[in-house]
Amino acid sequence: MWAYIARRVLATIPVLAIVALVVFSILHVAPGDPAALIAGDQATPEQIAAIRGKLRLDLPLYQQFALWLGNALHGDLGTSIFSNRPVAALFLQRLEPTVALAVMTTIIAVLLAVPVGVLAAWRAGSLVDRGVMGVAVLGFAFPVFVVGYILIYVFAMKLKILPIQGYRPIADGFWPFLQHLVLPSLALGLSFMALIARITRASVLEVLGQDHIRTARAKGLPARRLLFDHALPNAAVPIVTIIGVGVALLLGGVVVTESVFAIPGVGRLVVDAILSRDYPVIQGVLLIFSLTYVVVNLIVDLVYVAIDPRIRY
Amino acid sequence: MSDALSTAAVPADASARRRRGLWWRARRHPTVAVGLAVLAAIVLATACAPWLAGHDPLFVDPMARLKPPLGAHLLGTDALGRDVWSRTVHGGRVSLVIGFAVAVTATGVGLLIGLVSGYNRIADAVLMRCMDGLMAIPTILLAIALMAVLKASLTTVVIAITVVEVPRVVRLVRGVVLSVREQPYVEAAVVAGSGFGRILLRHILPNTLAPVIVQATYIGAAAILIESLLSFLGAGTPPEVASWGNIMAEGRTYFLVAPWIILAPGLVLAVTVLAINLVGDGVRDMLDPRFARRL
Repeated sequence: MWAYIARRVLATIPVLAIVALVVFSILHVAPGDPAALIAGDQATPEQIAAIRGKLRLDLPLYQQFALWLGNALHGDLGTSIFSNRPVAALFLQRLEPTVALAVMTTIIAVLLAVPVGVLAAWRAGSLVDRGVMGVAVLGFAFPVFVVGYILIYVFAMKLKILPIQGYRPIADGFWPFLQHLVLPSLALGLSFMALIARITRASVLEVLGQDHIRTARAKGLPARRLLFDHALPNAAVPIVTIIGVGVALLLGGVVVTESVFAIPGVGRLVVDAILSRDYPVIQGVLLIFSLTYVVVNLIVDLVYVAIDPRIRY
Repeated sequence: MSDALSTAAVPADASARRRRGLWWRARRHPTVAVGLAVLAAIVLATACAPWLAGHDPLFVDPMARLKPPLGAHLLGTDALGRDVWSRTVHGGRVSLVIGFAVAVTATGVGLLIGLVSGYNRIADAVLMRCMDGLMAIPTILLAIALMAVLKASLTTVVIAITVVEVPRVVRLVRGVVLSVREQPYVEAAVVAGSGFGRILLRHILPNTLAPVIVQATYIGAAAILIESLLSFLGAGTPPEVASWGNIMAEGRTYFLVAPWIILAPGLVLAVTVLAINLVGDGVRDMLDPRFARRL
């Protein structure tokens, strides 16, 4: 098993190398001089030269890449062109709201979607099943921000039970923190829930057709124990996989959700960076988010062994 | 059910059997019929936009700013007094064209790379690592990062979304190729002396088409969604082009006083994406009944 873990960890290296290459080249795929691109339309030649010097754009490409990657590996993601502060520091400063949003969304999505998916599988073909799957299909059709605005309209403007926008740090008290996170998490989580519910239903449905379930049913096991003790653990691998894959959805979604709900997180940071062409910030966030995704899916692969004793490497 | 069985049981000739087969399948998959009908209605409406709109989508009327729906304007007006309904109908043209263009280019490019990858081990090792790397970067982030360096235009939006969607097609095609190339009839073709190109085109390509067409519908739907997200964040189609995303982006500031500017195009977009997904799901189930029973 240790050999498997080592192999799996090593396998992420080429993926991360490609990610680094893609993130690095983004600045260079654009036609023209990257320094002029960053400086904008009204820049003087001196300003362009200053940016070129600062980003070492005068070096050959491979040296630039080596330098950039070497620094990144040491935790130095460069300096923001506009605020002149280290990208890593900017990122850390904005991290709390984003982590809070992502964790809250995952918790809500898993807690709601898994039982609902199990229920839909248990009552496959019934009205409940059709209703759940209908909502799941709808969940894929709405852009995150439209869901966000609908939630704001209903719960904040009409019912006035939750705040419209904004973020409260957890240090200001748990209750206001939670109140401000509910709507963004639901908006961000809808497509995630749809994904998890569909896979849970499909996976549980498959397990329900197996012999040991029939045996359990024949010996008179109550439905709840049958579903959650016998069926769900056997159906867990695809569900855990999709939760891992869904993290990509989540990481992309925070960018939009934070804009809708005016949450000062990493997503806002990257959107502001794009509007002001602050490339070191864009590259830094892209790199860290991709790394997060790869690490989460690495963990998911290792979790398989823990949740399913049939898997042995 | 019984009449369907009896008509299917006594086919007059081959073509009649095929016709009834189609009809029978359509009845078993009513969602496809509904999806197609809704999609057709939306395509038709956007195609007839100049006649359906009633107002000029670009006409600025300072006297009629932020008017609510169901007055002189069916879906109200935006902050410049422009008619939201006519902007939505016209905007559908942009969004649908982007969806279609991305679906075609992404599947085309993905098919090509996937075929090569499935057939050549060395190319496969390199290409699949690249695809894994691309897929590790969250879709929306990669697309907005690309838009940040490209000059905003319809073409660059299509390019940016295509780049993020191609790996999905490649994976799918590669999987099909890997399983098909081990089939006895492909081995038979090799033994019979068919060349590499002939095997690829005559035996392997046709097998990939069905899943790729299904995937193309999903990609078209995803492209429409991603375009709206990009435009909403200010990194999509240029602001003067009234795509659904741009109409909603402009409504952002006024959401508290004029929610219809976002909700109207948003709902139309959702219905469109839903219809495309229903068609995709249904076609997938028709092509693979085993899968249909599971999902």
